[in-house]
Amino acid sequence: MQLLFRYANPHAFMRLSGALLPFTAAATILLIAIGLYLGFTVPPDYQQGMTVTMMFVHVPAATMAELAYGVIAVASFFSLVWRHPLSDVAARAAAPYGALFTALGLITGSLWGRPMWGTWWQWDGRLTSFLLLLFVYLGYMALWNAIEDETRAARAAAILGLVGAVNIPIIKFSVDWWTTLHQGESIISGKLAPVFLWPLLVMMAGYAFLFVTLWMIAIRTEILSRKARTLMLGGP
Amino acid sequence: MSAFRALLGRDLRLAARSGGGAALALGFFALVATLVPLGIGPDVKILARIAGGILWVAAVLAGLLSLDRLFQGDFEDGSLDVIALSPLSLESVALAKILAHWFSTGLPLTLISPLLAILFNLPPGPTLVLFISLLIGTPSVSAVGAIGASLTLSLKRGGLILPLIILPLLTPAVIFGAGSVAALMDGMQPGGGLILLAAFAAAACLLSPFAAAAAVRLNLGG
Repeated sequence: MQLLFRYANPHAFMRLSGALLPFTAAATILLIAIGLYLGFTVPPDYQQGMTVTMMFVHVPAATMAELAYGVIAVASFFSLVWRHPLSDVAARAAAPYGALFTALGLITGSLWGRPMWGTWWQWDGRLTSFLLLLFVYLGYMALWNAIEDETRAARAAAILGLVGAVNIPIIKFSVDWWTTLHQGESIISGKLAPVFLWPLLVMMAGYAFLFVTLWMIAIRTEILSRKARTLMLGGP
Repeated sequence: MSAFRALLGRDLRLAARSGGGAALALGFFALVATLVPLGIGPDVKILARIAGGILWVAAVLAGLLSLDRLFQGDFEDGSLDVIALSPLSLESVALAKILAHWFSTGLPLTLISPLLAILFNLPPGPTLVLFISLLIGTPSVSAVGAIGASLTLSLKRGGLILPLIILPLLTPAVIFGAGSVAALMDGMQPGGGLILLAAFAAAACLLSPFAAAAAVRLNLGG
């Protein structure tokens, strides 16, 4: 905890993130390049053919979409309990990328669904809960933008972030209940062969580094722009 | 307790006398229910099939109508500051507001729903399930709505952002409520959905006063 608070200081964060940024950016490029190469050279799946490559861009996006909300929830908790300005910035910076990954997951899922299920959209449990997750992200961002006073906006968004964190599992559960009631399309299940697993894991790591890189850049931008605003106002 | 009752009574009188909030919500509810058959066609089989879903969606939307004024009026004229200074905790204030909102929207909507179910040719059994589901489910609309109302109470145009925040969080209520009606229509037991709906509503009513109070507190600058 002590260590965490040391880096929660904006100056310490700027120094640390400045040093880390080149490495995370390089790791992103490297991992995604390797993952794409591996992904395009896998043998065709016996059932899905070459469309299986879609998995390597789709699944990591969906995973990151959920992880980004976890980041917002944790940052909101920190912001409400310890009132730390950096956690507000961290929560706010994560939201657009979370929404972006959710949208990417939906779009790639739709492109994958067309050849596999023969339809762009299916009211399936996972698709529906992801669509709702996208709306949750949009509402969260809208609240941030709507309230002008920055500290007020931060605390309101933190409350909403935690309410969402409680509610999202319930939404997921209810949507699953809904699809079993309506006998929805079952997702192709089964164990993943190692040939497919490795590119997927590499791509997931690549996406994770991509998120961390973009997230750090966004936090740095916000810290710098706040500094610039204070300077312009002639404040301390 | 008497302060709680006084606040509840005041909000109910305000809802009843200032332009008829309850009548407005009822009119909206009935109008949506009338527009749907006009859009879909008069086929009674289809209408009976979708009645549960349509009436549930309409009830949630009608509940949203007066939600943005839940705290805003009191915030603007300063009475919210006075209420906050009273010995009543803000959590109890939020609960009183939620109750008053439910009494003036959710409850009237529930009471009128069997009448609209007749228009949709819903059989008596599913109508009873719809009635019960609205009775136990609409408090969650007021409760979750109170969170959104308190978060947006300082905004001039909070009414626009409120649905965007609230509707995704209310999907479980719509799913379980309309789902239990649909379950009985399909010859299944509606009990499971009703129990889950009751659980969702209970959790919402229990937790939302705390979230709403926290949001009111930050907007009062405390």
